Amino acid sequence: MTQALAFLYNPHRFMAFSAWAAPLFGALALALAAAGLWLGFTAPEDYQQGDTVRIMFIHVPAAWLGLFVYVCLGGASFLSLVFRQALADAAARAAAPIGAVFTALALATGSLWGKPMWGAWWVWDARLTSVLVLFLFYLAYMALRASIDDEAKGARAAAILALVGLINVPVVHWSVEWWNTLHQGRTVFAAGGSRAATVFLVPLLLMSLSYMSAFGALWLVRIRGEVWRRRAAAAEARLAR
Amino acid sequence: MLDLDPGPYGFYIWMSYGLSAAALAWLAISSLAFARRWRRRAETLEARAREVEPGPDGQP
Repeated sequence: MTQALAFLYNPHRFMAFSAWAAPLFGALALALAAAGLWLGFTAPEDYQQGDTVRIMFIHVPAAWLGLFVYVCLGGASFLSLVFRQALADAAARAAAPIGAVFTALALATGSLWGKPMWGAWWVWDARLTSVLVLFLFYLAYMALRASIDDEAKGARAAAILALVGLINVPVVHWSVEWWNTLHQGRTVFAAGGSRAATVFLVPLLLMSLSYMSAFGALWLVRIRGEVWRRRAAAAEARLAR
Repeated sequence: MLDLDPGPYGFYIWMSYGLSAAALAWLAISSLAFARRWRRRAETLEARAREVEPGPDGQP
């Protein structure tokens, strides 16, 4: 584990690794999405949700990724804050906009599912509200970084905020158990096994893997951009001397 | 069989898929553009710094 982290701490090794890993993840994401979409649109209508069940194939992966990316953001912030790893800080900064987009998609597609099924675009349900708070943490993280001119100070302040926001992760996950919610309870990871029919579960898992691969590709590309940005800043400082 | 007729829910389903595709495409394009822009800038500045910085003999 330590060796794996040490490998990624080294920017040269990271750049060599990400140069081939990012396109590989991108290609994997497209292939998995093609398979997931095909199975998703050949699956029968759900007996209760009708055709709107197809929204689940993109809503659930977006929600999972919104949460997963935040855990990555928190982990990278921890490494950056405690071990002062520049690459970990670049990883945290790169993760934030991706996580914000996945979370926004979870909220938007959930709303588009909720209107025909619940009769409302939005309800102040524990799950929906905690995901909205997650989205606000992403926005606050990006805003805080952008608002402090001293990059090192901005990174530290934002890392602390990211760690505070980790408190919300279990709240999102367990909200459907802790409170009576309109949002349905855990289905795929329910105690005693998945409660979803295989015909819906397979496209859902394929789309989730596709979203995960897409995140891998996007994250690596954005971290590479961050490394280049810092190299440009260092070269600029050398020229200014 | 492929079912692309979502019946009365067409607006909600196609809007969900359209939004997701647009957002993910934007994320991919903006990420690639961000990395490319900084790579070009870093390479230009590093080349210029190499030209300006003194070599072992004290000359640029």
